[in-house]
Amino acid sequence: MQIYLPIAEISVNAFLLLGLGGLVGILSGMFGVGGGFLMTPFLFFIGIPPAVAVATGANQIVASSISGVIAHFRRKTVDLKMGSVLLAGGLVGAALGVLLFNYLKQMGQVELLVQLFYVVFLGVIGALMFVESLNAIRRMSRPGTVRKRRQHNWVHSLPFKMKFRTSGLYISAIPPLLVGLAVGILAAIMGVGGGFIMVPAMIYMLGMPTKVVVGTSLYQIIFVTAFTTLLHATTNYTVDMVLAVFLLVGGVVGAQIGTRIGVRMKAEQLRVLLALMVLGVCGKLALDLLLMPSELYSLAAAGQ
Amino acid sequence: MMLARLFALYLLAALPLHAEEVVAGLSQARVSITANFAGSEILVFGAVKREAPIPEDAPLDVIITVAGPSDAVIVRRKARRFGIWVNTDAVEIDTAPSFYAVSSTAPLVDILSDTEDLRHKISIPRAIRAIGNAGTVDDTEEFNKALMRIRTRSGLYQLHPGTIELTEETLFRGGVALPSNLTVGDYTTRIFLVRGGEVIDAYETTLPVNKVGLERWIYTLAHEKPLIYGILSLIIAIVAGWGASTVFRYIRG
Repeated sequence: MQIYLPIAEISVNAFLLLGLGGLVGILSGMFGVGGGFLMTPFLFFIGIPPAVAVATGANQIVASSISGVIAHFRRKTVDLKMGSVLLAGGLVGAALGVLLFNYLKQMGQVELLVQLFYVVFLGVIGALMFVESLNAIRRMSRPGTVRKRRQHNWVHSLPFKMKFRTSGLYISAIPPLLVGLAVGILAAIMGVGGGFIMVPAMIYMLGMPTKVVVGTSLYQIIFVTAFTTLLHATTNYTVDMVLAVFLLVGGVVGAQIGTRIGVRMKAEQLRVLLALMVLGVCGKLALDLLLMPSELYSLAAAGQ
Repeated sequence: MMLARLFALYLLAALPLHAEEVVAGLSQARVSITANFAGSEILVFGAVKREAPIPEDAPLDVIITVAGPSDAVIVRRKARRFGIWVNTDAVEIDTAPSFYAVSSTAPLVDILSDTEDLRHKISIPRAIRAIGNAGTVDDTEEFNKALMRIRTRSGLYQLHPGTIELTEETLFRGGVALPSNLTVGDYTTRIFLVRGGEVIDAYETTLPVNKVGLERWIYTLAHEKPLIYGILSLIIAIVAGWGASTVFRYIRG
């Protein structure tokens, strides 16, 4: 069944969109990530214009994050204070990101920017995750090794200290603001929630306990991506409601299936699989940049 | 009396020019883009009206063109910079139709002279106006060719020689397949009667292409009230996210 997308202005198969939403949903349910970093490249592959893919991706993440954060609120694993500080940085970052996005769109370099961001971040995160989970699997076969304790690093010597009770932290507000800012810029440019960058940053840079990390990250992602959606909708008119609805329906069902598959697998195996998948997407995008394209020319409407 | 004589003179003068006239119609008065729009087939049919016997000097041919709304287009070219492929040169083409299809009874080169093509802008390269295109590159012709190549590949520019059926030099019919990735606006359908390389009569009609129903509503809202549209998108997302988590909690018990 073909469905015409009013904003993307192309006609695509509705089952392809449902399947895509479902597939990303399964993966996000299995691995506990938002899935935006997979959804947006997949949308590029099926021919959705990059600007529409990025803006609509942000809207879709709002829905999946809300669906996820409710469970975390019930378990009281959301640090509202930390989330709000991250959010303050995130909103500024999102505004900067959209400005940068629009500026580069005029120069005709927006595709390059989005692709470069994807290659760099998927490459780095994928490689780190792959090495880390292989080490974890190796550690399991050699029991008795004790994990290193968290160190007292440069983060703890900055001013403006605040008490974050839920996380049990007493640190400066500057690092969370900066982390929020960086993730906000990424969210606007890449059309992702930034969970796959936010989560490692919260654990390794801010030293937050793992159990509150996912809920807090989801909590602030809702607001940053909602803000990004509004900015894209009012400045670029690129949020496609019809596309978002189809992805959402598929994604919601997929996430439930994914959660069930995830329960039956070992955490380290899951992480290796996720790392391989992230590296795969990264490799495909990198090849597009490195190999000579079959068509050197591209068209754009003038005066945009 | 004087006026009537002048009129008769005019008729006599005009007669050889319009010895053959085209009468035509389309199978549809408009094209509506609905939620399940997957392209549309337009049938163009008509007849040649004449009061004298069929001229014997050269065979009659028919050309049908369908053109979408024209716009300026920026064509960009990639080049290798620092090891990766980046957009570098750009050329702005003043006006190019968003859709252009040419159907004819025989290949255009055999039936249409260059001067007539230039005058009526019939063939695809003539339909694109590239004169005086701004840019810093010297090989602008390559950019024009790229525009035609890309749009031909995505089905937006079509050349169908020999697809019009012409019976007894009088009745003709031909079809144009509109793809699903159409730009909305007024599409101009032109029908040319050609004899010995010269256009002897032409007929022009407009075919409006519009989004209708939900598609139109969404598109209009997104462009005219973007803030409300953005908020509405968010409400849908919030309700869907909250609803999904509630529904699945009930299913799990």
